[in-house]
Amino acid sequence: MRLVILDDYDLASEWAAKYIRNRIIQFKPSAERYFTLGLPTGSTPYGCYKKLIEFYRSGDISFKYVKTFNMDEYVGLPRAHPESYHSYMWNNFFKHIDIDPANAHILDGNAEDLETECQAYEQKIAEAGGIELFVGGIGPDGHIAFNEPGSSLVSRTRVKTLAKDTIVANARFFGNDLNKVPTMALTVGVGTVMDAKEVMILITGAHKAFALYKAIEEGVNHMWTVSAFQQHPRTIFVCDEDATLELRVKTVKYFKGLLHVHNRLVDPVLSIKDQ
Amino acid sequence: MPSNKSVSDAAITQFINCRILRDHRLQRDDLWVREGKVLDPEKLFFDEKGYADKLVDCEGSIIAPGFIDVQINGGYGIDFSQASDDVSSGVSFVAKKILQHGVTSFCPTLVTSPPAVYHKVLPQIKVSDGGEHGAGVLGFHLEGPFISVEKKGAHPEQFLRTFQSGGIEDLMEAYGGLDNIAMVTLAPELGGSQSVVKELCQRGITVSLGHSVANLSQAEEAVHHGASFITHLFNAMLPFHHRDPGIVGLLTSDQVPAGRTVYYGMIADGIHTNPAALRIAHRAHPSGLVLVTDAITAMGLPPGRHTLGQQVIEIQGLHAYVAGLNAAYQPPTTCSACTKTLCGSIATMDMCVRHFKHASGCSVEEALEAASLHPAKLLGISHKKGNLDYGSDADLVLLDDALNVEATFISGEEVWRKGP
Repeated sequence: MRLVILDDYDLASEWAAKYIRNRIIQFKPSAERYFTLGLPTGSTPYGCYKKLIEFYRSGDISFKYVKTFNMDEYVGLPRAHPESYHSYMWNNFFKHIDIDPANAHILDGNAEDLETECQAYEQKIAEAGGIELFVGGIGPDGHIAFNEPGSSLVSRTRVKTLAKDTIVANARFFGNDLNKVPTMALTVGVGTVMDAKEVMILITGAHKAFALYKAIEEGVNHMWTVSAFQQHPRTIFVCDEDATLELRVKTVKYFKGLLHVHNRLVDPVLSIKDQ
Repeated sequence: MPSNKSVSDAAITQFINCRILRDHRLQRDDLWVREGKVLDPEKLFFDEKGYADKLVDCEGSIIAPGFIDVQINGGYGIDFSQASDDVSSGVSFVAKKILQHGVTSFCPTLVTSPPAVYHKVLPQIKVSDGGEHGAGVLGFHLEGPFISVEKKGAHPEQFLRTFQSGGIEDLMEAYGGLDNIAMVTLAPELGGSQSVVKELCQRGITVSLGHSVANLSQAEEAVHHGASFITHLFNAMLPFHHRDPGIVGLLTSDQVPAGRTVYYGMIADGIHTNPAALRIAHRAHPSGLVLVTDAITAMGLPPGRHTLGQQVIEIQGLHAYVAGLNAAYQPPTTCSACTKTLCGSIATMDMCVRHFKHASGCSVEEALEAASLHPAKLLGISHKKGNLDYGSDADLVLLDDALNVEATFISGEEVWRKGP
């Protein structure tokens, strides 16, 4: 894996956004060949989305030939609810960029038949040619998307009941009322994300530090589902200092030493203006 | 980029680079319009996979809901209270002119007139949508003739009336009918008026109290029966007194039924109300303040003499006074023939918004809502006008930071733009 450690949240968000930008531009997407991007929600990627919007506004990047697939969505929450992941993606990303609405895919938590919805989603990903770059986050319990501890590491898109930890972590978005937090969600499986050509995990904040430790310094374990990516050929973990607090000093020093190599991935930062 | 045709073929317009008034705040956000109504872009994106056909770059302007003037007697040489054979062309003329003041809907107002005038004028104007041709007509505002002699202001005394037969019959006789009427101003101390208030409200006509010497309990009784507006607060009513606040006391009355608001018109032209009085009213009851122009024939015209209903008035600068009863013309420089009775203003709605903001120190949002949201709520039309909520009519006014009108839109179409 690559472990990229930046000083703080803003720098980590910027690094991640630049990486996504360079990957899309290098790919040279077109009407015949779309760039497929997997996307997360939550507070961690918020800064990254803001940066990407800035890049779009300055004319350096376009999402015209990008197809996106979000990781998850709550079950039973009205789509217009301010805490639905549809609302999150609209307000924090889609409404500010030039993506074609037909290319922005999010699981429908209000579908009549949830299983069919999940299978159809896997189908859409396959039809799009698979995911080029899957961006994700990590929960405090080490989960990727809503693949809670105990999820199969070869799982596919399906309905999941949320762990107590996750519900508590989400309560802050529902007025701190545990009864208002959805208890089920549709999520891509660990296997679904593993199928992507490349995976980028964003991890910031001290409260994620233990999960990061479990994910990269301990073994592959279905209790910490992000650990599955130890077996992916191309994974980048982008984090801030605080997220490394539970790692061995040796690990941190090693990867910080490699920063100058990793920085070549974002420097120079490319622009469509040059094409 | 063409819109997806799955729900509607109609073109979608997206206003960008703007600050819109929504949820009582100016927010940096785009405004989407389709088929004359404000569109929910999130639904468009996810349900229809649609996007805009046309972008309108607002270059940083403020977008507010179009202004609504519920008291305007005429302008640009037109006097709505003149019994003309072609009232509608006069109303249309003014409707078109006021677009430049940001007004997208209005209530043509008639001052106290003889029945002949009402019978002739009223049938000629119907409630109608605005558009390129001019601001929309929401219905007449009939100010009088059932008002107080002592507070007639500029209204002709000989045509004032009281309720004789017991209410609605008097109205029908005076006006000839009650169609296309949005509001009636009356004095609630007149005998028999309370049942009239009730009947009018039941018919969906807004009842306003004004030109009256009512005390607070008479006013409260009228509110209890459904009255919901005060015509030009402070003017043509008893002054506030600490032992009987009169109609002014409605602003803080505890007798207003729960869930109802008493609104009050303010002519914020710097003349009809001292700024300190404006501030007292605003601070006492900010959510009820409705800006009105009470504009008269002379609004938009140069200084001189003009007619208003059955009377003649004199313009001096931004002031309009009742001319002397002497029929001979008196040149403006000798004021011996002028009274000092104010008779309506010649300030435009956008001037009123700016002056109100300046005099009261209120926020931009409050100033804009006083001219849009509040009058819409008063008339019970806030489900489609006076705001930029999804589904509301896309009647918009584009303003700069100083609240000067840059452009006006009705149902999403540009109907006026400031010249270079």
